[in-house]
Amino acid sequence: MSIPDVQADERARHLMMAALDGELSAADRTELDRLLEGDPALAAEWRQLQRVREVTRTMSMREPSQEIWEGYWMGVYRRLERGIAWILVSVGAIVLLSWWAWEGLEKLWQDQALPTFVRVGALALIAGVVILAVSVVREKVVLRKTDPYKDVIR
Amino acid sequence: MGRDDAHRGAEEVSATAVVGDPGTDRALVLQAQSGDNRAFGELVTRYMRRAYFAALGLVGNHDDALDLSQEAFARAFRARRSLDPERPFYPWLYQILRRLCFNFLRDRKTRAAKLAAASAWMAADAGDHAAQDSPQRHVERAELRERIEAAIATLPAHEKEVLVMREFEGLRYREIADLLGIPIGTVMSRLYAARKALAAALEGEP
Repeated sequence: MSIPDVQADERARHLMMAALDGELSAADRTELDRLLEGDPALAAEWRQLQRVREVTRTMSMREPSQEIWEGYWMGVYRRLERGIAWILVSVGAIVLLSWWAWEGLEKLWQDQALPTFVRVGALALIAGVVILAVSVVREKVVLRKTDPYKDVIR
Repeated sequence: MGRDDAHRGAEEVSATAVVGDPGTDRALVLQAQSGDNRAFGELVTRYMRRAYFAALGLVGNHDDALDLSQEAFARAFRARRSLDPERPFYPWLYQILRRLCFNFLRDRKTRAAKLAAASAWMAADAGDHAAQDSPQRHVERAELRERIEAAIATLPAHEKEVLVMREFEGLRYREIADLLGIPIGTVMSRLYAARKALAAALEGEP
């Protein structure tokens, strides 16, 4: 593999990485050897990195038990199933709560003995909920589509 | 062959003509897109190990890696119609998975929680070396591995990701660059930064 041509320090680092990982061409190997011979600090760094590689070469990630793999797809399936259940529960809850709220407000509104400030409060509550709902929906549906940074991982 | 069989046979031939070789990722994606859940299950079985270990390398904890990798498959299933069948499945899944893992790491509140979660995600030894070493060398190597394991857990996520892909998944630079959508030079630079941090951890040994 040919190493991209970059500045001297960066190139030396890239050559060392490629050498550790067995991705160095013969020509690059010669260049790395020349650099190591002419720079004791680089040679010391190279030995450090070789030591790290020597240790990581003996490491591997812990393999989970066979049962994990046997039940894996079912785990994914359960998530999908519960996702649908949550959507249904949420839709049902929103419909029922909205209906109860509407009924309650209607009764409240028809009560002639109700003081004016309570009516104003109820109106403010309704207006606030509507504005919040519109704002959230607009953010999710409209702005999300046009956000140039939506795929940036922070 | 009855009329129904003939009809079914014609349908199968037609389906094969559309999806190509049965069992390829492309065929399975097309089947999943047309509502065949078993085809998606086949994709899950095919890539679950790779996804799990990729997540484990990033978050350093079995339960979280299992949770995040399964969630990635669930999201991939919900978004399956947006996948171009001509594009390979795993890189697409990996983009979903890494976003989940990076968000997870960002949201994990304290450094203490990070270190606690990061413990013991490495195997005790990579077989061959354990057999060849003297007892003293074996203990020494185990200590070094512990130190490296702790150092990996504290690496920035972008560096850890590249290191894990190279060291534990055995991917080549070109494969890592393609999977992450970055130049090979950036792969090498991240790898260098990660290994320098590990070297510093080794230098700090008593």
